[in-house]
Amino acid sequence: MATLQLNSVVKRFDDTQVIKGVDLEVKDQEFVVFVGPSGCGKSTLLRMIAGLESTTSGDIVIEGQRVNDLGPAERGLAMVFQSYALYPHMTVEDNMGFSLRLAGVAKEQRRQKVLEAARILQLEPLLDRKPKALSGGQRQRVAIGRAIVRNPSIFLFDEPLSNLDAALRVQMRIELARLHEELKATMIYVTHDQIEAMTMADKIVVLQGGEVEQVGSPMALYHHPRNRFVAGFIGSPKMNFLPVSVVSAGGEGVDVRLPGGGTTRVPVDGRDCDAGESLTLGVRPEHLTLDEAGPLRARIQVIERLGGQTSLYVDMDDDLLTLMVDGDVTHRVGDEVRFNFEPRRGHLFTGDDLALESLERHPLASLTRQDNRAASDTEA
Amino acid sequence: MTTTLSTKNTPMDAARGDAAARARRLRGFGMAVLGWTVALVIFFPIFWMILTGFKTEAEAIAEPSLIFTPTLDSYVEVQERANYLKFAWNSVVVAFGSTLLALLIAIPSAYSMAFLPTRRTKGTLLWMLSTKMLPPVGVLVPIYLLFRDLGLLDTLTGLTIVYTLMNLPIVVWMLYTFFKDLPRDILEAGRMDGASTLQEIGYLLLPLTLPGIASTGLLSVILSWNESFWSLNLTTSQAAPLTAYIASFSSPEGLFWAKLSAASTMAIAPILVFGWLTQKQMVRGLTFGAVK
Amino acid sequence: MNKTRASGRTVGGLRTLSLQAPAVTLLLLWMLVPLGMTLWFSFQRYNLLMPGMKGFAGLENYQYLLSDPALWSAMGTTLLLVGWVLAITVVGGTLLAVLFQQDFFGRGIARVLAISPFFVMPTVSALVWKNMMMHPANGVLAWLAESFGLPALDWFSSLPLTSIIIIVSWQWLPFALLILLTAMQSLDDDQVEAARMDGAGPVAIFFFITLPHLKRAISVVIMIEMIFLLTIFAEIFVTTSGGPGLATTNLAYLIYIRALLDFDVGTASAGGVIAIILANIVAIFLVRMVAKNLEQ
Repeated sequence: MATLQLNSVVKRFDDTQVIKGVDLEVKDQEFVVFVGPSGCGKSTLLRMIAGLESTTSGDIVIEGQRVNDLGPAERGLAMVFQSYALYPHMTVEDNMGFSLRLAGVAKEQRRQKVLEAARILQLEPLLDRKPKALSGGQRQRVAIGRAIVRNPSIFLFDEPLSNLDAALRVQMRIELARLHEELKATMIYVTHDQIEAMTMADKIVVLQGGEVEQVGSPMALYHHPRNRFVAGFIGSPKMNFLPVSVVSAGGEGVDVRLPGGGTTRVPVDGRDCDAGESLTLGVRPEHLTLDEAGPLRARIQVIERLGGQTSLYVDMDDDLLTLMVDGDVTHRVGDEVRFNFEPRRGHLFTGDDLALESLERHPLASLTRQDNRAASDTEA
Repeated sequence: MTTTLSTKNTPMDAARGDAAARARRLRGFGMAVLGWTVALVIFFPIFWMILTGFKTEAEAIAEPSLIFTPTLDSYVEVQERANYLKFAWNSVVVAFGSTLLALLIAIPSAYSMAFLPTRRTKGTLLWMLSTKMLPPVGVLVPIYLLFRDLGLLDTLTGLTIVYTLMNLPIVVWMLYTFFKDLPRDILEAGRMDGASTLQEIGYLLLPLTLPGIASTGLLSVILSWNESFWSLNLTTSQAAPLTAYIASFSSPEGLFWAKLSAASTMAIAPILVFGWLTQKQMVRGLTFGAVK
Repeated sequence: MNKTRASGRTVGGLRTLSLQAPAVTLLLLWMLVPLGMTLWFSFQRYNLLMPGMKGFAGLENYQYLLSDPALWSAMGTTLLLVGWVLAITVVGGTLLAVLFQQDFFGRGIARVLAISPFFVMPTVSALVWKNMMMHPANGVLAWLAESFGLPALDWFSSLPLTSIIIIVSWQWLPFALLILLTAMQSLDDDQVEAARMDGAGPVAIFFFITLPHLKRAISVVIMIEMIFLLTIFAEIFVTTSGGPGLATTNLAYLIYIRALLDFDVGTASAGGVIAIILANIVAIFLVRMVAKNLEQ
């Protein structure tokens, strides 16, 4: 059982508060991803969990024990650094066995544990090499191997894939997910890349300015962002935002007037809205569809053809919107297009950027990666 | 500019290319001549000294000449005056002793400045630099009197202490800049692996920054070896290093040029080699990292 | 909660403190004790030859020193020595750095030869110049002059200060060369090429690209040399012993004479205080520059 709890954890450097009271609960065997723009405090939070940064106030609890005053090695964690931080003067085997050597483990036993980890990561043929003689992907695997050897209660990853090229990143992503299943360990993973977060996490923690914006499963964050920041941050390309005004609102939805006329009923809880209020409508690019009779119209500024899909960047009253449409559309720059969206795909944000709650939860919103696995198991 | 853009190679272009190549070769040749001339002129006194060491005393003061039968007499004679070895030994003890001490004191200090910086770190570093600005003559009198009262005058211990303190700021600074180059992550990984501060320094920091520590040590040896203010003022005979020994040749009756040259050559040879080996890293130390 | 924070701080602070304590304490002692003593002595009547005459002297030592023509002559000598050596080494060093930056046959070895004098101990270089180079009868320079039909020069009696300047410049020119050459190697090639594309010739490149790039390195050279040159000692001690007369007595040598030859601790200390003040004026600028560098 490796669980982690953060209770109103605060970090202050001199006079600036960089972590402003974070509460979080990580369950056993969960894969949790901290995601946010650079400077949001996600790495600091991870380093505080690791014990590399002191905690100004609040409690960090691992497996029911408060660890604030324990050193990094005593917390039973292992960390994979962004730069891998391999010891350049040691062979792969010595790198992986260093923690055991410090702990005074006998040589034979050490070797056995290292070999075991090397087998999992297919590093056996590289054990005698120095890090300099390894490729980026191999170094990454050694860094992970070093963590595995310690048999930690929780694995910490600090942007481990950001130094790899795009193809390798996809491959390592898959390998990490596989590893998580094989080791059945609790993992905390920091990244600024929302795709990594979406693909690997059981639970995503979105951070901004040292505060947690939202915690939830990837699908919950995608379909039910709590506020405008999360809506814009999760999903690629970014969600489009349009100014709208409320025609009428109530418990069974909000009727809004779209730019360029036309009204739509968005199925969100509008009991706190008043007619005439200005709101922001958010629709993801993949949810905007070309429609000859659609209520929205705009002129195409740029076309990016990706093959299977095409992005249209259109100008609507000086707002630049993005549409992800079929790859075979024949439009040209300068054409005027009309488009529409399914009302249930719309999000409404109030003046203080909070989302109005959907009347209906998306069926996949509570899905985790473990559920994915269960589904495929039953199919097989 | 437009002609270089054309892709056609006209005969005129080819001719111009030839001329340019010739001009470049000529310029390279001229540079080589100029560079070597300047280098040899600057090096000449050292060269002449080395040469004179292999002459007899008569040849040494005769009309300058490159043609003579080299002899090792002067070297033998200098060695035979047993005290040469004593002076050399003093230099070795003081230079290496003070360097070792300075490194021992400076390594923990530089480690904490580089990897555990606090708000005061920058100020401490600059203050250390400023102690180096204190001119030795300014404190000659009290140091002399203190040493006299403590019985440290003309002792190897006394000179070693002075040199250790004299070089400490430079050693701390140089180590600090080398340590800063080591990624923090590696030490933090060590901490995650369970290394104590001492293990971190011993297993990771020292092996990984060994080249930097070595050149810092060499610079400190060079500076101590050549130091000739304190050595001339605080020693007389027992603890006198080579700088003081060579200075004794300045008296008119000590005008034995061949022997002076032989002794000098032996005195500077190791340091010259050290200097050549570390010239690049020395710049960092001597300018406190302001020039890299 | 407050307790954790406090304990966390002190543990980190203690660790830093214990690691730095030896170096900081030693340097603090090394600086403050002699400095305090120099200041104290400078206000005392204290001559080692007259042990009975101890006592507070007020500003007497300073008055005596400031009215002593030897002080002003020594100040003048110090400034001349520093000024000339700086001019020669900085201008020469810059030109040599440009020269040794060019690619030519055997450049590496030529560079090493040119840098060598910096590693020669001051007493050796002073004696080699005094005897083998500048000796009026048997020196290489005398022989050179004669072979051109010129009268041989007795360097140390007719041009004593010039001779010292030549010796010291020979030692410090390589230092300037070493620093400036290193600084020049960090000059971005793209910048030079861009200038060449803009039509700049070698001279224009030197004045508009190279020299501005070297500006900081040059000022570092000037300041560090100044610190050392202000207290040149061994070269004078070995060659002229400050003479003839006071012709080559600089501040450092004057203090040495007063302290260890005349045993006048009070006056020597007053001189020491003056030397410290002079050096500090330079040091302030140097420290500031390094501090700026530390911030980057």
